[in-house]
Amino acid sequence: MKRHLSKLYLLLALVAAAIIARYQSSIGPYYFQIIMYIGINVILASSLNLINGFAGQFSLGHAGFMALGAYTSAVITTSLHVSPGTAASYPVFALALICGGIVASVFGLLVGIPSLRLKGDYLAITTLGLGEIIRVIIQSLNFLGAARGFTGIAKLSNFFWVYAVVAIVIFTIANLVRSTYGRGFLAVRDDEIAAEAVGVDATRYKIIAFTTGAFFAGIAGGLYAHFVTYINPSQFGFLRSFEIVVMVVVGGMGNIAGVILAAALLTILPEALRAVAQYRMVIYALLLIIIMISRPQGLFGQRIDWGRIWRRLSKRPSPPAEGKT
Amino acid sequence: MSELLQQIINGVSMGSIYALIALGYTMVYGILRFINFAHGDVFMVGAFVGFFVAPVVATLVGGSGLATAVLVMVISMAACALLGVTIEKLAYRPLRSRPKLTVLITAIGVSLFLEYGGQLVFGPDPKPFPALIPSIMIVNSRYLVLSSNSVVVIGTALVLMIVLRYIVFHTRMGTAMRAVSFDHRAASLMGINIDSVISFTFALGSGLAAAAAILYGSVYPSINPLMGLFPGLKAFIAAVLGGIGNLTGAVVGGLIIGLLETLVTGYISPVYRDAISFAVLILILLFRPSGILGRHEAEKV
Repeated sequence: MKRHLSKLYLLLALVAAAIIARYQSSIGPYYFQIIMYIGINVILASSLNLINGFAGQFSLGHAGFMALGAYTSAVITTSLHVSPGTAASYPVFALALICGGIVASVFGLLVGIPSLRLKGDYLAITTLGLGEIIRVIIQSLNFLGAARGFTGIAKLSNFFWVYAVVAIVIFTIANLVRSTYGRGFLAVRDDEIAAEAVGVDATRYKIIAFTTGAFFAGIAGGLYAHFVTYINPSQFGFLRSFEIVVMVVVGGMGNIAGVILAAALLTILPEALRAVAQYRMVIYALLLIIIMISRPQGLFGQRIDWGRIWRRLSKRPSPPAEGKT
Repeated sequence: MSELLQQIINGVSMGSIYALIALGYTMVYGILRFINFAHGDVFMVGAFVGFFVAPVVATLVGGSGLATAVLVMVISMAACALLGVTIEKLAYRPLRSRPKLTVLITAIGVSLFLEYGGQLVFGPDPKPFPALIPSIMIVNSRYLVLSSNSVVVIGTALVLMIVLRYIVFHTRMGTAMRAVSFDHRAASLMGINIDSVISFTFALGSGLAAAAAILYGSVYPSINPLMGLFPGLKAFIAAVLGGIGNLTGAVVGGLIIGLLETLVTGYISPVYRDAISFAVLILILLFRPSGILGRHEAEKV
């Protein structure tokens, strides 16, 4: 019953995304850009949440997966000369995104393999290293524009594409986590040795987490490339990875709704703080330290308890003068 | 042949800088079992302290020379030692009993804070690092260029390493450090003040990072707030390569990484300069995670 319901939600979300996409031109370009970035960051943070939050494998190479997806899909759409708006552009773009995702997930597999032997700090720095290696390789490839970047990518991403993927990612991860796989992830995260002892195949779960997470990061990269229409290797450095990590940590590792909320908040925050833009990263850094010291479970903890929030809100006696219920 | 010799000299001089930074990583890891991600940024602060202090010291001492250089280095080392101890006290100490992941994320936070705080305070643009000791060409032929700089770098690094070795193996504090690294609880039962040993370790490591920064500044006289990132990461790789927690290993690892990097830059392509160290890291972690000189630690359940 619950599964059907979530499929229904997915369908509703897709329809809503399609309807809003028809009216996207009425949103101001500045706000539209922020909305698109929120969507892309939600995809990135949610997919990293699967690796970091649920499977407990601390990865610092997410920007690398994103770069792979971005470049792969950009090469496909530009070599096929897809122009936005044509009927052919939709299936080709979908295919390009999926190809980007697949390439990223193949590398996710490569990253997943060291994770079988490495833990914590070592894994973090290895994934950081792999992300950097990906970036350096792209930078040395001339047909990808090397350090000059890749220009002339068709602007194929629109509201529908981004938010359809957001819906699919949330749907996939929410279902994955509720399934036996999810239990496997949590078991590996909480105590790998104990999990192995009771017969949980830790290797398998780690690899599934890495490939799935990388796949969606690749798709997010594709969406990003086809939105900004110009990409270069420096956009996918480790600072990008750090930003995604901050979103996951602030939202609470393993908290799906919390991470989505954090991704949205942290995308809006620098825009709202335009006046103090140069303090942005300092604020991020302090946020990270303070949250780790005072609330390591993230701002929203393990899960957002909507019921409790609702009870608390409804219990509070409303001032009669305003007449609210 | 002479080109190879030239590359080796450059590699050893770069490698000894990495080795000094790697010692800080390895000591902290030996005692706290965690990677101090902010170590590379302490190195950056060391360079900036040198940058701001050098003109003042030069006017006080009168001109640049050996006395100025030594004084600048000592001041920078002291400042960074203080910084290291402060970071440990404010950010890491409250988390000592928490899961390692928490400490790791905090360390990344500290690293970002220093980098971007540095950009605010020092400005994001690169600054020229003053020449503390005028560089003389010892050998300047068509085949080989040997400046006094590389001799100074290698010599200073060597002296500092010997001093460190003396501190760790022949003093009371060093004995306490080794005891704490062996077993926290047993050491504290023996009356060792764990907190002060950890503070001392951070001071020592950060001081060495500052010394490395001054040497680095004399080789690459352009400093910026993000300069600590890559030397930091490479020094970390060096520490892992040599066997993390092992002092000799850090030095060996540093030299290997420095050599490898200059050889790759010279003979293959400078593009792969940064990638090669990461490739080494991945290989060593896959095939010999305990490093060249490290002991293999069995996982205890």
